[in-house]
Amino acid sequence: MKKKLNPTKIVLTVIFWAIGLTMLVPLIWMISTACKVEADVFNFPIQWIPPRWNLEENMKEVWGGTYNFGLYYLNSIKVTIGATVLQVFVSALGAYGFSKVHFKGRDKIFLAYLATMMIPPQVTIVSQFIITREIGLYNSHTGLVLMLAFSVYGVFLLRQAMLAIPESLSESAKIDGAGHVTIFFQIILPMVKPSLATLATLKFVWTWNDYQTPLVFLNSRELYTIQLGMKQFASESGSYYSLIMAAAVSAILPLIIVFLFCQRFVVDGIATGAVKG
Amino acid sequence: MNKKSSKAARKEFLVGMGFILPSLLGFVVFTFIPVIISLVLSFSSWNFMQGWGAIKFNGLSNYIRLFSDEWFLNSYKNNILFTAVTVPVLIGLGLVMANIINKYIYGGGAVRTMIFIPYIASVVAVCTVWMVLLQPSYGPVNQALTALGVKNPPGWLADFKWSLPSIMIIYIWQQVGYYSIVFLAGLKGLPEDVYEAAKVDGASPIRQFFSITIPLISPTTFFLTIMGIIGSFKVFDQISVLTQGGPGSSSSVMAYYVYRTAFDYFDMGYANTLAWALFVLVFLVTLIQWKLQDRFENE
Repeated sequence: MKKKLNPTKIVLTVIFWAIGLTMLVPLIWMISTACKVEADVFNFPIQWIPPRWNLEENMKEVWGGTYNFGLYYLNSIKVTIGATVLQVFVSALGAYGFSKVHFKGRDKIFLAYLATMMIPPQVTIVSQFIITREIGLYNSHTGLVLMLAFSVYGVFLLRQAMLAIPESLSESAKIDGAGHVTIFFQIILPMVKPSLATLATLKFVWTWNDYQTPLVFLNSRELYTIQLGMKQFASESGSYYSLIMAAAVSAILPLIIVFLFCQRFVVDGIATGAVKG
Repeated sequence: MNKKSSKAARKEFLVGMGFILPSLLGFVVFTFIPVIISLVLSFSSWNFMQGWGAIKFNGLSNYIRLFSDEWFLNSYKNNILFTAVTVPVLIGLGLVMANIINKYIYGGGAVRTMIFIPYIASVVAVCTVWMVLLQPSYGPVNQALTALGVKNPPGWLADFKWSLPSIMIIYIWQQVGYYSIVFLAGLKGLPEDVYEAAKVDGASPIRQFFSITIPLISPTTFFLTIMGIIGSFKVFDQISVLTQGGPGSSSSVMAYYVYRTAFDYFDMGYANTLAWALFVLVFLVTLIQWKLQDRFENE
């Protein structure tokens, strides 16, 4: 089979590269503006290359002033890693119980559990707020992590993966005298590694970018995650758009860079998660 | 059943419960109990700031209040509108783009990355960027429109008519990469020989798209539709950052109105009533989905 350049394909390639680049224009504008002095922000026609560089000054203002982006970052990392690790572990345990242990009523419990996915988060959020206040978890990272750690989706995703593992595997381990705990840690968990990675990736991105949960359950500034800090900064900086864009760059860019490096992994994760679901 | 096997069954039951216990505990504390509290409170009037003693049960009056509450009616309507517009557009755009990226362009991988980047970016940060871009008088978008000769460019987020469509556009911009990626994964799994056979029979790429791709990809379409509907009912960050539901209540949605009622006005009773009104909508949609899925799987 020989490959020759196909004219329609060339035209479509040009169009789609243009579409792809156009979709990035808002982000390019953001980066460009973050490098400008305030007076140049709204010059028209748009100057994509800043006429006067001011990136260092803008960043200093964002990271070093009254807004401690360093601290917000630390908080975000803490909450995100905590919630991700806890959720993957709890979901894996639940998925194992719902797929590999055979007890009466198991599938009925699972169906009822699954049906609760239908309840919109708005129904529970107000009562969750009241409960966390009553048990002293309001305005704490522990409360926030617990709030984010449980998900029906996680159990569902991992259960699907575990169901695909042939029953004979755990049966023969049982004959060899292995208990459920051993089978779980030494046989099943290693075999569902790709699905664990999928869940961890999705959960990481979602938690990192989550805005509503910390907004409801955190109050003190020193506990703010990067998203809350970003919003606070934007509403209090009024019309210092170069500074706001510097803050936005700080909030967005690291995750995008991480994404570009482990892109294949993230994309495959999302795709397999979706197709299996 | 003899004694030994019933003992084994009991042991298996306890072990199973042990494994699902953390999930169940989380479910009971963060879902089940809250649902009960929420249902009870939805029949009451309670300002949270006045403490537990201030709860006054008022029967159905919160539910009756819904019908004359303009914010509620607009939020409800906007939720339906938001879903009805964004989900079909995302499915359509996502599938067409995935199909072309998959087969008909060079360097599809790079294009895939470019359209996916907005999805990874945080909603709060990108919405802040859009807010500046769409600023009515000196924002770059309207400056460009004016330069192109548009006399009265829309006021975007500050305009009664344009506020919700603006948010939909931003939402679609951010989500379309996700839909394309999932469709791309689905397309990669389709059997190549069907397309080869169609080519031999002289079917054009467009004909192939309608007669082969759309029917074969339908499980993915179904999955994305469900996820898309669930996601679009949850939309909150965009509204909260961009418009706070305004101007007036023109861009409010239920997730935002519940938040505002509970955490700006501390009207915990009515906030829960609103949440249950949203539940009714989600429940109806789920019923329809089940019906469709049944038909779909029996075909």
